[in-house]
Parts: sequence; structure tokens; C-alpha cells
Amino acid sequence: MQKIGVFVCWCGSNIAGTVDVERVAQAVANEPGVVISTDYQYMCSEAGQLKIRQAIKEYGLTGIVVCSCSPRMHEATFRKTAQAAGLNPYMVEIANIREQCSWIHKDKDEGTEKAIILAKAAIAKLHLNTPLKAGESAVTKRALVIGGGIAGIQTALDIADAGYEVDIVEKSPTIGGKMAQLDKTFPTLDCAACILTPKMVDASAHEKINLFTYSEVEGVSGFVGNFKVKIRKKARHVKADLCTGCGVCTEKCPSRKAPNEFNQGLNKRGAIYIPFAQAIPNVPVIDTEYCVKMKTGKCGLCATVCPSKAIDFEQQDEIVEREYGAIVAATGYKLINLDNFEEFGYAQNKDVITSLELERLMNAAGPTKGTLLRPSDNEHPHEIVFIQCVGSRDVSGCGKPYCSKICCMYTAKHAMMIRDKYPDTKVHVFYIDVRTPGKNFDEFYRRAVEEYGVDYIKGMVGKVVEKDGKLLVQGSDLIANEQIKIEADLVVLATAIEPDPSVKNLATMLTASIDTNNFLTEAHAKLRPVESPTAGVFLSGVCQGPKDVPETVAQASAAAAKVIGLLAKDKLTCNPCVANSNELLCNGCSQCANVCPYGAIEYINKEVNDHGKREVRRIALVNEAVCQGCGACTVTCPSGAMDLKGFTTRQIMAEVDAICK
Amino acid sequence: MQINENNKEFKPLIVAFCCNWCSYAGADLAGSSRLSYPANVKVIRVPCSCRVNPMFILRAFQRGADGVIIAGCHPGDCHYTSGNYFARRRMTLLFSMLDYMGIEKGRTRVEWISAAEGAKFSATMNEFVETIHNLGPNKKLEDLRCKE
Amino acid sequence: MTVNEKELAERVIRISGVNTKKCMKCGKCSGTCPSFEEMEYHPHQFVSMVEKGQIKKLMESKSIWTCLSCFACIERCPRSVEPAKLIEAVRVCVIRQQGENHLKANAVPEKLDENMPQQAIVSAFRKYSK
Repeated sequence: MQKIGVFVCWCGSNIAGTVDVERVAQAVANEPGVVISTDYQYMCSEAGQLKIRQAIKEYGLTGIVVCSCSPRMHEATFRKTAQAAGLNPYMVEIANIREQCSWIHKDKDEGTEKAIILAKAAIAKLHLNTPLKAGESAVTKRALVIGGGIAGIQTALDIADAGYEVDIVEKSPTIGGKMAQLDKTFPTLDCAACILTPKMVDASAHEKINLFTYSEVEGVSGFVGNFKVKIRKKARHVKADLCTGCGVCTEKCPSRKAPNEFNQGLNKRGAIYIPFAQAIPNVPVIDTEYCVKMKTGKCGLCATVCPSKAIDFEQQDEIVEREYGAIVAATGYKLINLDNFEEFGYAQNKDVITSLELERLMNAAGPTKGTLLRPSDNEHPHEIVFIQCVGSRDVSGCGKPYCSKICCMYTAKHAMMIRDKYPDTKVHVFYIDVRTPGKNFDEFYRRAVEEYGVDYIKGMVGKVVEKDGKLLVQGSDLIANEQIKIEADLVVLATAIEPDPSVKNLATMLTASIDTNNFLTEAHAKLRPVESPTAGVFLSGVCQGPKDVPETVAQASAAAAKVIGLLAKDKLTCNPCVANSNELLCNGCSQCANVCPYGAIEYINKEVNDHGKREVRRIALVNEAVCQGCGACTVTCPSGAMDLKGFTTRQIMAEVDAICK
Repeated sequence: MQINENNKEFKPLIVAFCCNWCSYAGADLAGSSRLSYPANVKVIRVPCSCRVNPMFILRAFQRGADGVIIAGCHPGDCHYTSGNYFARRRMTLLFSMLDYMGIEKGRTRVEWISAAEGAKFSATMNEFVETIHNLGPNKKLEDLRCKE
Repeated sequence: MTVNEKELAERVIRISGVNTKKCMKCGKCSGTCPSFEEMEYHPHQFVSMVEKGQIKKLMESKSIWTCLSCFACIERCPRSVEPAKLIEAVRVCVIRQQGENHLKANAVPEKLDENMPQQAIVSAFRKYSK
């Protein structure tokens, strides 16, 4: 039997005004187990807490019930009080007789009656409380950033600057991501490379940052503070430690058939290549699909010309296992496939291009050295049509239901840059809505219209067809209520963006959840925007939702701050109110693991002693560091083996019984 | 069920299971905004609406409750991401079974009340008590052996 | 039988099964319409006019007869609004209203031309019988 003390708080007149606190204290004094029941003006005050501490010592209490304000307010306070008096902090129950009683009821009798019942329910629950101990787990002081774009680089730099080790895993041969492909960035028109490449260099030169380029995460196990990650380092067929990055091999390679991914396939590259001049690391990769030596065995020219003997055709993939305290997903985006939009003729006409292709066509390091030439005949386009919302805000199933967010601004940027560089070019933009909510964004868009004379047309394009070497664009002008036809030289599609396809597999590995559009979901849409619901997994950049560069960088730094906060701890205290399976009742059916949102339940084979019979059984084991204590498993469990500490089935039943007496 | 001895007025007994993160906070907000609702509503705090075992509800009816309400975070806002979806599915099944047994659908309810919706909490409780009042005392599942 | 515009609008929506509120006014339907020049009211206007309940104007316009029912607007609408179904529904409303003036079904065989294709006969029945 517990020895229980009941402490009824007046809260000045807040409670005492509508609840007869003395009567409450008297009414519960004779409840089983109650050895002392008293009231006081302010229980949370120093004097009130002293009263509790003294009572605990004097009567040798094993648990206390405080009838006061909401547990959301002072539960922590009274737990500390109990702990100071040598009691387990989880032997404290709060009866909420302020927010849920005195403040909402006017009749004093009614309020007092209810307060007595709430106190009795708390006592009934406390009888079944057991001392709980919060577990602790060590923290591996290293973070993993998955994705080496601007989001990943920024997160890694911030974490590394705080003094923690960071590994970046990037699936392509170089870090830099999509931003490296951009020409200029809105709204200031900074050159993307000029602001990105110094960051790339910083990341590679930082002593705390370790780059795994041309690598992929293969498996993740463990939990917050103690992740174990398998990384596959794909074979480059070039020994990175010997290679000097001189580039002779890339020049001599006779194969010129592979589409250049960095230039969005607008030109070709060799089978051995460095993605772009500022690539980090500056080590080539052999594309085995196009390498003549790899396919026929006859060539090996690169190996012959390499002055440092770095080419290794026999190189194999390598698996590295590393331990981390925190993981940041920064997997970024890609453009959607335009096969569903044949009305724009992207696949048929070379001169219908995506905005990312236009970025490369305008970039000084691009296939045209920065001169805007149309891909079909390398002529200057004189009339250009931009089409916005291609695949965005589309619920018909062809595209994506969300707004891709960045297209309005980059289209304004492109239109402005073209008008600036080639004033004789006519530029039309078909838009549904122009969305420019950002600092200096609307001003930027208005400048495109007012200063640069870009022709914005409210309406959508219905079709694009080729006619006598021109592109006939037919669309509607809703303001003029007309259907207009424009003979354009170049059509640019503001293509919707979607999360990188690798994120699906990654989310499964991390037990992070993804939404219907495959964006990673945050722990709370408003208050925890950079954390995933899985403890220790953080989100950075477009993998969480469409973002432009400034927003991505802001979120990247926010994620880094969260990681630093986690890595700064030597030990993690776990919430002790977690699920717990009774190994004698568990039949290993896996239903609990199916509903667990955190992947906190695993199965082990364990020898159990069932009434003297010893046998090995498959039973559920809850990882207390991962479990967040929602209780979904407890209700799902068909054998009643799962229970939630602090909110056990018996405890809640006891409360129900006490209330319904 | 409580029968007031003096005037035999029916005062329904309502058990409300509120999730710690949204609805319990919503109830607190109703309190701090002084939005009154009848005293016969008694709140039990659970970590998440998915912690509510159908047994708790049956037990409450057995012990004489006249109505049971489960309140959780709005769909998509669950602190544990998906708990309220589990609750919704389980309760849909349970309620249709209770209905089949003769416990009217109005006696059981699932509501989504966020931490900011003190007014909704109070309005919901007022309305729920009213509904139960009209339905009358719950006799169907009440186990008289549970009464002294 | 006089039908007010509100009832007409409800009828058009019921027949077509179109939810006009889904429209985000992008104009892709009118941008893609091959019969645009021939129409007094254009596909996107059908959506907004049905929503506003201006059915009579649509019924009186010759737009409903110049629509080719090619369904390009249905195919390309990003919000699955399906303007062509609205146009068809307005057409059906007109046909039903004119029902009284049409031939009785039993008067049709006398007027049949032997060389008339089978399909035309079937569609005539569909159109003129109530």
C-alpha cells in the first residue's frame, strides 16, 4: 500500500474562490492510503514546496497528489520538489482543479464536488504508479549530412564551425548540387558560382568535414545519438589519393557520347569526366556505361596518358560503416518528367527547354559559353515565350498539386536578364498568378515589367507546335479575353520541382515520414520545422518542401543549430514514460511494430521462463531511447503485452473507475 | 449517472479523454479564458488519442458514464504524427459496434481540438452534455454489480 | 415551363458533374480551344458564368453549337474542371427546353431516308425523343 500525501492548493482565490479547498482536503483524507491531506494558499511557492518536502520526510510518503493548476504548468515543479525530498519524481500526480474546475464553474458546491472526484482519480492512479527512471544514452559527437548541395554544405559548415565532425554523403561525383548549375540568383542577380564555390572550398578544406562524394547511404540503424550508417563509396575507377586533377584524361578520352548531366544534357562529355571546372573533389570519374575500355577492353587511353597512374579499371565499390549522433537529410530536388505534358512538345522540339536548361544556356561556363543560342540551330532567338506553372498546381494527375514556389521569381529573372543582354528580343511570360512573397521579390518582378518591358500575359498556353522552323504558341489572354498566337523562337517551361527520388528509400531507412508528394515531413509544421518526427533526424532544404536559395540556407543553418544542440550533450535523458512489453504475454506478432511511428520496436529471440517452462520465444523489445511514448502499440497489441509506463492500462482504468463512482 | 436526490434531476456523467498535446491544452485554455461548461465533464489526460483503449470506453459505460468523448489533435497535427489516425479508425469501428449493441451513436464522440481552441473545447462539451441530457441515462451497459 | 436561372445553374452542374469552384482561372482551356474564334463565350467563361449562374446567356449564345466537343479543354485542364462537360450540359438544357417542338417518335419513320446512315438514325432518336 502506498503512503500518499494530498496537497490542495488555493492558488490565492483562483481555486479557493469556487472550490471549498478545506472540504476537498477533508473528503480525501480517508481514502485508502492517504496519510496526510492538507491545503495551503500557494503550493508552488517556496513555503508550499517546503510543506510538501517536510510531509514527505515526516510521514515517509511514497507518493504525492497535488490538487492545483494544470500539470502542463507545474508538474515539473512538483516533480523536482518530490525529488529534492528523496522521492521518485514520477510518484507525483496532479489533479487539475484550476483550469478544469474552479475557473469554469461558478457554483461552489458543484466545483467542490468535481474537485473531490478529480483528486480521488489522481489518488487512484497514484496507487498504481511505480518509480520510473529516465534512461541515459551516450551521444556520438559526429553528424551525417546526406546531400551535398547548398543545403547540405551550409548545414555541414555550421556544425563543423561549432567544433563537431561532419560527414557529407553526396551521390554525384561533386558537391554543389543544383545551385552550381544556376547562372544568377534572384533578387540580387549575384552569380551563383561566385557565391557557392567559396562555400564548397570551405567545406572541403574544413578539418572537421569529411566528404564522401559519389557515395550513397545504404543502411541506417540505431537511434538518436547512436546511429550506425553504411555508406557505399561507388567506384570512381580513379584513385583519388594519386590523382592531381590535371584533367589530361578527360581531354584525351575518345568517347564523346555521354550526355553532360551538368549541362542538362545540352552537350556531350567524355566517358571519363569532371562534372565542372570548380568540382570538389577535383577528381574525374569513369562512366562505365560509356567507357570503351570497360565495355570492349580496348582503349585505356586515359590510363596511358595519366601522369600519376591514378586510373584503376579494377576498382570496386567500398562499404564504409560510420557512427553518428545526428543525421541531416538534405537530398534536394529534381525537375519533374514532362512526358505528361505533350501539348508543350518538350520531347519533340529542341527549342522547347526547361528553365534549368536555360540556366545552362545563359551560363558563361555552359555549352554556349553564355551566349543565348537556341539548341536546334544555334541561332539567336528573337522572340521567347516563358510558360509558368508547367506541372505545378496540377491536380489532374499529370503534375504536382503544390506550387513549386521558385518559378515565378526565376522566370522574372530570366526574362529580365534576356531583355538586359539582348534588348531586341521580345519576351512574353504566360502566368496564372505571379507569386512573389519575399524580401524585395515583388519589386524585382515589377522591375522586369516596368524597366525591362517584359510582356506578362495572364493566361495559360494551350499548345506549342512547330511551324516553319518557328514554334507556334497558342494561349489565352484572359484580361483581353482573346486567344493569342505567338511565333516564338524559344519556349521555356517553368517546370515543377519534386523531391529527389532517392528520398523515398532514405525515408524508410531513417523511419522519417514522407507526405503524399514525397517531401519529408517535419515534426510540427509550425513549431518544429527542421526536425523530422524521428528523434535525431533533421531536415534541410527542398527535401522538406519547395524553397529558394535564401530560405534553404536559413533552414540549413536552423537544422545545424538543432544538431549542435544535440551533439553538445554528453548524455541524452530519455523520456521514461515509454512503452514496455511484457515478455511473458508477447507472442511476437509484429502488430506493434507496424503501428509504431518511430520504428522503436524490434524483435529478439529470448529464453523466457513461463511457469517453469523454459523456451526461446520471439518477443518485442522497445528501444527506450527511440520510443516517444504515444501508446499506439498498447492498444494494437492483441495479447495485452504492451503497456505504457506512466499511463498504464490499469492506471487509466483506475481513473475511469474513480470518476464513474 | 448521478441522480440528485432532491429534485431527481438527471445529471449526465461524461468522461473526456484528452490528448496531452492539443486537447488537454485546449481544455486548459478554455479554463484560463473562463469559458464555462458543465461540471459533469471529467477529463482524463492521455499522451495521445491513440492511447485510448476501447476497453476504457466500455469500462466507463459499465461503471455508469452516460457519454464518452475522445479529443485529439487535428488530423495532420498529431504530436506523434499519426496517432490520431489510429484513434479515428479504432473509434469508428468501436462506435459502430456500440451502436449495434444499443448504445446510441450520440453517446460516443471523437473531436479534434487544438491547443488554441479553448472556445471549441467549451462549446463541444456544452453541446455534448446537452446531447447526452436529451438521450437520458445510459442503462444499456451499466453493470449494477459495480455499484455498492 | 419557366425555369429560373438558379435552377438552371443547378441543373447544369448536376448534369455535367462539374465542380466549378475547382477552377483556378488559368485559362488553359481557352488557350487550347481550336474553336476559340468561333465562340462568343469561351471555355473559361463557361466555367465562371455557370458559377455566377448566368445560364440563359449561355443558352442563347451560338457558342454551345460551335464547340467541337474535342475535349482538348478536359484533357489539358490542370485542375480537372472539365469545361466541355459544362458546354454539353448547357446544350442538353436547351434541347430539353425545346422538347415540345420536336417530332413525335412515331412520326420519325415516315420521314426516314433509306440512304441515311444507321448512326444518324440512332443519334436522331437520341436527340429528338424525350
